[in-house]
Amino acid sequence: MIPLSAYVALSFILFMTGLLGVLIRRNFIIVLMSVEIMLNAANINLVAFSHYLSSMAGQMAALFVIAIAAGEAAVGLAIIIVVFRGKIATNVDQINLLKW
Amino acid sequence: MMIYLLFGYFATVSILSGIFTIALKNPVHCGLSLLSLLLHVAGLFVLLNAEFLFAVQIIVYAGAILVLYLFVLMLLNLKTEEQYLHKKYPFFLFAGVAILGELLILVFQTPYGGAKGAATPEIVLQTRPSHTVGLTMFSDYLLLFEIVGVFLLGAIIGAIVLAKTPTAPTAGADRST
Repeated sequence: MIPLSAYVALSFILFMTGLLGVLIRRNFIIVLMSVEIMLNAANINLVAFSHYLSSMAGQMAALFVIAIAAGEAAVGLAIIIVVFRGKIATNVDQINLLKW
Repeated sequence: MMIYLLFGYFATVSILSGIFTIALKNPVHCGLSLLSLLLHVAGLFVLLNAEFLFAVQIIVYAGAILVLYLFVLMLLNLKTEEQYLHKKYPFFLFAGVAILGELLILVFQTPYGGAKGAATPEIVLQTRPSHTVGLTMFSDYLLLFEIVGVFLLGAIIGAIVLAKTPTAPTAGADRST
């Protein structure tokens, strides 16, 4: 039996990888991909706890996370297309119109 | 024994593909490493008795979301020159790895307990995992299911409105200009 800690540690490392990607990369699409890595890390955690605590709630939450991720990808990529077509920016840090 | 080998394989490859996803220069290579990450996370779901999520992960994530990413990548030809590491990154890397190691020790020392639910692995395997997921989703989580449906409709409409060309080209418009 694999200990629950192993899944939690794996999910922790993957989440940190995704967070690092969001922080250091400036390419739009790779930032969105890092968000997907973070969502996957959260899914691993939810499913692992669902299995070890014998409850279906975690799997349900993971399914809804996948649905939300699909919506987020569609809207995020549409925003990227708008930004590129209007020649507003080529990097994430050049979008600063709303910066306070 | 076999389950340990499988877990080790899936965990190692998913961590490595995660690192490649954020570290490679070419965005298409990043997309392909993300594909490898998603497939190996799907393998982890099988180890956790969640075979419906395994199918959903491969069909929705690897099949739909990743194709969307690759389409946009190929349409936009996104190649940006970027230097994404700080000049003194070995120093920060050392500090980061030290903190990571300490947090991992804490994670492995924590006793995870809690009230157990009704869906023990034996019951789930007896009534088949996908069957149990369906029964739970359409009884306890029906309202959430409907809300997610409305959310997806809103996301589709939002994406279409955003990506629509601002002035629709008329039928007789000159295409050569």
